[in-house]
Amino acid sequence: MSAEGHGHELEHDHEHEHHHKDTFITKYIFSIDHKMIAKQYLISGIVMGVIGVGLSMLFRMQLAWPEESFKVFSFFLGEKFAPNGVMTNDIYLALVTIHGTIMVFFVLTAALSGTFSNLLIPLQIGARDMASGVLNMISYWLFFISSVVMIASLFVEAGPASAGWTIYPPLSALPQAIPGSGMGMTLWLVSMAIFIASSLLGSLNYVVTVINLRTKGMSMTRLPLTIWAFFVTAIIGIISFPVLLSAALLLIMDRSFGTSFFLSDIYIAGEVLHNQGGSPVLFEHLFWFLGHPEVYIVLLPALGITSEVIATNSRKPIFGYRAMIMSILAIAFLSTIVWGHHMFISGMNPFLGSVFTFTTLLIAIPSAVKAFNYITTLWKGNLQLNPAMLFSIGLVSTFITGGLTGIILGDSTLDINVHDTYFVVAHFHLVMGISALYGMFAGIYHWYPKMFGRMLNKNLGYVHFWVTAICAYGVFFPMHFIGMAGLPRRYYTNTNFPLFDDLQNVNVLITTFALIGGVFQLVFLYNFFSSIFYGKKTVQNPWKSNTLEWTAPIEHIHGNWPGEIPEVHRWPYDYSKPGHDEDFVPQNVPMKKGEEVLHH
Amino acid sequence: MTSLLVIIVLVLLAIALWQLTKIFDLSQVGEYKNNTQVADDKDNNTQGYLMFGFLAFIYIFTIYGLIVWGPLVLHTPASVHGPLIDDLMNVTWVLIFIVQAVTQVLLHYFAFKYRGKQGNKALYFADNNRLEVIWSVIPAIVLAGLILFGLYAWTNIMFIEDEEDTVTIELYAQQFNWTARYAGNDNVLGKANVRYIEGVNTLGVDVEDPYANDDVVSKELHIPKGKKVHFKMRSQDVLHSAYMPYFRAQMNCVPGMVTEFAFEPTYTTAEYRELPYMVAKVANINSIRTKKSAELVAKGESALDPYEFDFLLLCNKICGASHYNMQMKIIVDTPEDYAKWLKKQTTVTQEVKADKLAKLAPEAGVKTDANEKDTATITPMKEVKVAMK
Repeated sequence: MSAEGHGHELEHDHEHEHHHKDTFITKYIFSIDHKMIAKQYLISGIVMGVIGVGLSMLFRMQLAWPEESFKVFSFFLGEKFAPNGVMTNDIYLALVTIHGTIMVFFVLTAALSGTFSNLLIPLQIGARDMASGVLNMISYWLFFISSVVMIASLFVEAGPASAGWTIYPPLSALPQAIPGSGMGMTLWLVSMAIFIASSLLGSLNYVVTVINLRTKGMSMTRLPLTIWAFFVTAIIGIISFPVLLSAALLLIMDRSFGTSFFLSDIYIAGEVLHNQGGSPVLFEHLFWFLGHPEVYIVLLPALGITSEVIATNSRKPIFGYRAMIMSILAIAFLSTIVWGHHMFISGMNPFLGSVFTFTTLLIAIPSAVKAFNYITTLWKGNLQLNPAMLFSIGLVSTFITGGLTGIILGDSTLDINVHDTYFVVAHFHLVMGISALYGMFAGIYHWYPKMFGRMLNKNLGYVHFWVTAICAYGVFFPMHFIGMAGLPRRYYTNTNFPLFDDLQNVNVLITTFALIGGVFQLVFLYNFFSSIFYGKKTVQNPWKSNTLEWTAPIEHIHGNWPGEIPEVHRWPYDYSKPGHDEDFVPQNVPMKKGEEVLHH
Repeated sequence: MTSLLVIIVLVLLAIALWQLTKIFDLSQVGEYKNNTQVADDKDNNTQGYLMFGFLAFIYIFTIYGLIVWGPLVLHTPASVHGPLIDDLMNVTWVLIFIVQAVTQVLLHYFAFKYRGKQGNKALYFADNNRLEVIWSVIPAIVLAGLILFGLYAWTNIMFIEDEEDTVTIELYAQQFNWTARYAGNDNVLGKANVRYIEGVNTLGVDVEDPYANDDVVSKELHIPKGKKVHFKMRSQDVLHSAYMPYFRAQMNCVPGMVTEFAFEPTYTTAEYRELPYMVAKVANINSIRTKKSAELVAKGESALDPYEFDFLLLCNKICGASHYNMQMKIIVDTPEDYAKWLKKQTTVTQEVKADKLAKLAPEAGVKTDANEKDTATITPMKEVKVAMK
């Protein structure tokens, strides 16, 4: 099958000819076209992102000016959760929890992979559509339903889930322990179960499509790195998400049917519970078996996008194409055997801690390879510093800054004292949150013309990048210090510890950057939505890129290419190749007579 | 009030920003006819310089942080194993700073140096095995060193050998406070389980267990300087984490199991307060508090107490609404003071008996001897016991 997918091509061509005119519903709502589904994912993701970032701005205000009264709190949280405009400690934890859940799962997993895997896999490998358009549609709508359930959980009477995004039992299992563990947690679990179903359908589709539907000549070693990243990400998702599903199901059993998978010897609210023999540590294992690969599910697509954007805009081949693939594979493999580094002090046997320290620090090697390869790609390039490129360079910067502190957290000995402090918050926000977000922005700026047929405003893009870049460092860099000072995360206020009084002005600074950075995302939103209608019309290949998506017409059509699917004759990174007049040679251009392959 | 103003200003700024963005956008139409996202030479130039500027920003921000916030971070560890952790931490930091400094310079400098120009052609440089081997092998070697150092330290800290001279103390976590139980003269904790919890016996100690006879329960954690303290953690409801940052010690408390951590304190509380850095830190905190107090008094509220340093045990695993205020004072005494303090405490069994007596006394003037037998039968209802050696 693989590279020569003739059978499929014919089938699709046939379908294409007989296509009926779309109604509004089949075109915009229940679409089975991958390009439309990508846009649906993106816009849902932006909506969820606005909510997720908005929540963080609220609790950052509480952290900077603890227990002060704000009109915005009364407005958004209501009298119950913000009496007289003062945020309560219950809702503080809920905000933190839902912020984490939305950003990690709904924005950086579903929206990032959902948008770009859907848009780019068929277009870059030369396929008419996904292997199964219907499954693809179902995947999106399950994601939509799970988003709605998650948002609905914000409005239940006792408040949404508030046990942290990691929902460790017994806290998440016992409504006696925290009000959010009642209806709010039930909805959280239901939402996540649906979400996982959606994610699995999507991932299966991506894997099958990449394996089966590549056009003629598109061997695995001619795939753009974006596709490699999406492909491997989907595989990690298929391996690890079911484990989270099982953890969620077992937790549901413990909560509702009296089982004791995670509960044992508990005395709460004046009575002894009957549960015996379970262990919360088991839940931690199950959760982090997904939770850690999840970091790479979030990060790899961003790195894939960056590889493509940096190569295109450096007008140079990506440096070390095969090394990049090998490091993606190495990261994917290692990511499934490092989960214990979240549990060094969970009470598990210290011997396991030694093993997980070893595997965790190994991940630094492929990560370092990637970072060095990006930097070398820039060297002696002819850099086109458009907004997508800036976000990609920004990603490499935060990936390095955030990744380096992973050497501290991945070392069990050092983790003892910084575990669950703001140092951790700083680390993962930079390396996975901000980096993945930058990757997503880079992708949006780069493929906006492909999605909407129009260009974004460049100068607004520049403003967006620079303010975001400064604020991202402004928020997360100081957090390393307050974490090293021993300040625990998830504290509603630090005023009960005079010991931490000298950290308060740092918190004010962090919040100031967070509010400015958050508000400035409006520039992006304006640019994004107004350009859909008023942006300048694009040309077919605005970035002079080599990959196949730019050979498809600007107007979206079912089946992507009006005639034959282009055939691929070379790898995607022939930029500035000697012997060619132009500084790019698209993948569908046949090799000249006597032209040599100059890469490995 | 000030913060309310800040928020109003921010909201207004947001609206203004949206409008400005729009104006900015509309005003460009005439000026740049070909305003697409594609960067021209002028853009590349500007953005290249900005990239260089950003490099300066990262550097200045880092140096500023080190100077202004550097002194805030945890200092002088108060336990024997602490310096080992701090040494490893310092070695790691040196490494991180070197890599960070070099890579950020290269990244941003290249972004500046090789900013695009019409007519320039990039170098076709697809791979180089030697380079790639170098930057795979060097990190591998460096990391191998870190891993070995880390594992050496980890083994030393976490694998607790029960030496003769340890002091065994149970840390008991519940929403939202800590309790300590001392093993007493025999240095063995009596059995305990939540199913024994009743009245004053809030830790669920099995009072029938002979080992429990001399156990002492306290809301303040006293530990002796110069002796290894072996902590055994329990939790009665949800996950908690016993975090003692100044001792470089942390371990989760898990319902249904006993977790452990051990360390030897090297300073008494009094000695640690005298450390010059701590004197300066406390003075700084107190000046902040005095300022805040003045504001509070002006508003008619009561002033803040002046601060005096104490070691603290904090909860560091989200455990419920009042997680942010789950703390216990740790007092490191000299061994003599510690022994004196421990002697003054009443044991659990004494407390339980006294409580039973107090409850029975009003009903009838029953003899004390008879009561003792009664209390013994009241205790456990279920046979389930957790071995607490």
